[in-house]
Amino acid sequence: MSAFVRRPRVLLIALSLLLLLAFWLSLALGPLRLPLVDSLLALLRLAGVPLSGAGLEQAELIVGQIRLPRALLGLAVGSVLALSGVAMQALFRNPLADPGLIGVSSGAALGAALAIVGGSLLDAGAPPEASPTLLSASAFAGGLVVTALVYRLGRRDGQTRVATMLLAGLALSALAGAAIGLFGYLADDAALRRLTFWNLGSLSGASYARLWPLLLAALGVALWLPRRAGALNALLLGESEARHLGFEVERLKRELVLCTALGVGAAVAAAGLVGFVGLLVPHLLRLLCGPDHRLLLPAAMLAGASLLLFADLLARLLLAPAELPLGIVTALLGAPFFLWLLRREPL
Amino acid sequence: MLQAEGLAVQRGGRQVLSGIDLELRPGELLGVLGPNGAGKSSLLAALSGELRPAEGQVRLDGRPLADWRGPERARRLAVLPQSPALEFAFRVEEVVGFGRLPHASGRRRDAEIVARALAAADATHLRGRSYLTLSGGERQRVHLARVLAQLWPGGAQQVLLLDEPTSMLDPLHQHSILQAVRAFAGHGTAVLAILHDLNLAARYCDRLLLLAGGRVQALGSPEEVLLPGPLKAVFGLEVLVQRHPERGHPLIVAR
Repeated sequence: MSAFVRRPRVLLIALSLLLLLAFWLSLALGPLRLPLVDSLLALLRLAGVPLSGAGLEQAELIVGQIRLPRALLGLAVGSVLALSGVAMQALFRNPLADPGLIGVSSGAALGAALAIVGGSLLDAGAPPEASPTLLSASAFAGGLVVTALVYRLGRRDGQTRVATMLLAGLALSALAGAAIGLFGYLADDAALRRLTFWNLGSLSGASYARLWPLLLAALGVALWLPRRAGALNALLLGESEARHLGFEVERLKRELVLCTALGVGAAVAAAGLVGFVGLLVPHLLRLLCGPDHRLLLPAAMLAGASLLLFADLLARLLLAPAELPLGIVTALLGAPFFLWLLRREPL
Repeated sequence: MLQAEGLAVQRGGRQVLSGIDLELRPGELLGVLGPNGAGKSSLLAALSGELRPAEGQVRLDGRPLADWRGPERARRLAVLPQSPALEFAFRVEEVVGFGRLPHASGRRRDAEIVARALAAADATHLRGRSYLTLSGGERQRVHLARVLAQLWPGGAQQVLLLDEPTSMLDPLHQHSILQAVRAFAGHGTAVLAILHDLNLAARYCDRLLLLAGGRVQALGSPEEVLLPGPLKAVFGLEVLVQRHPERGHPLIVAR
């Protein structure tokens, strides 16, 4: 039985410490290694504490301009993906559900492909890196549009049928995949390369400008979902059962879809497609602390953020000074772990 | 109290219930009997607000069911479904604790109620087990404990609807669970239970409703309803009706 069921505080404290460690290492490590203490002092200088010392100015520059926005981006992406994974698994009442099921990831990928390839086709002279904001906005909009379509297709007689939604999500994802393939076929080499890397996810484009929309979405998701922990527990019993327990199930489903579309859409817009986090983290945490959402949600949020930061550390250290795409690292870590889970016990 | 007036329900364009007038009475256990497809589950769904009637109305305390706010209704009306599908490894006491979600009675009071409800459903020994490791009958008892916890301690204001609460139970538990339901009704709760076993219904129910083709065929005490004529008409089954040698209620034997 789950090890931390009776000691929820121990688990949350341990996960918080893990996240602090991941965050600290994310500030200190990279192609140019900063002493651990310096990275903290640089953070203090950034906060306005007048410290001085050898190399601190350079440390402040690296931390402030590159590593802090990157670490914050990783934190937000990881927590949002993990929370959305929990939300989707509750919506579909299936521990194998993934945020991608409602079409948000494939929609965002389609939006990104449209921006990258369409942009380079329209304006062949412009460098392909010209418009990260347009790319993010297009990806975010793509995710929202496809999710809205999936939700609309799942509705009938004033009710949302999650099974229909799941199938509509599959169909629209396949359609988006075909469109992305077509864009890839039309793209020139530079755009194709950029599209490929975007599809593998990365935090390397981190900047404060890209960070704010995602931080807002992440904050919204992180504040709203835990308030629905009881309703999510009831939803696992079944939709009728949740209704009989007094919950407004149609509204809850709508909110879950909206929350995932905004959160995952913003995460994908900022960092590209990062697989497996939304599926794996809730799973792992259920093994540790059981399925009760009152504990699972905060735990998954902390663990998702930590996992993403550690994966990003590997991505930048393994081939330093070159960088591996983040999605490769999460898949390399995630897939074997998932197979091990499958073999370990029937889910 | 729960009342249905002139209830008619359609499902997929088909009329599954028509002209149902029914009142559940405080402290009474009402059994619903009928062949497969008679409309028993539709009746339960309409009475719980899950299905919107095409005609007629269901009222709780004189107020249409749709006008009740969710948690307020859930504190008064609980429903045990036929086969809940829960795929997550909650512990037994957590599942029973879900019955307390509509309440704000505090963790200690909830834990006490969960313990009592588990005892009433003869499931105390399952405490600490993962729901996924339970047998079908054990799961059924855990869900019964959950709906009892939802209404605990029961009272004349409350309604409990049970869809085949004994379908997966062994003979001993069929009796002990219906005894527990009876005892719960004894505190004033009006209980409606869909049953298949005529003799269990005869023994534990105060009134019986015989349903066929979406219409009420008979409604009355077990002695009034469990007669060879109506049973032959509804189930197509030839029966002998005798008296239970010790308890006096009707005893039905197939011919």
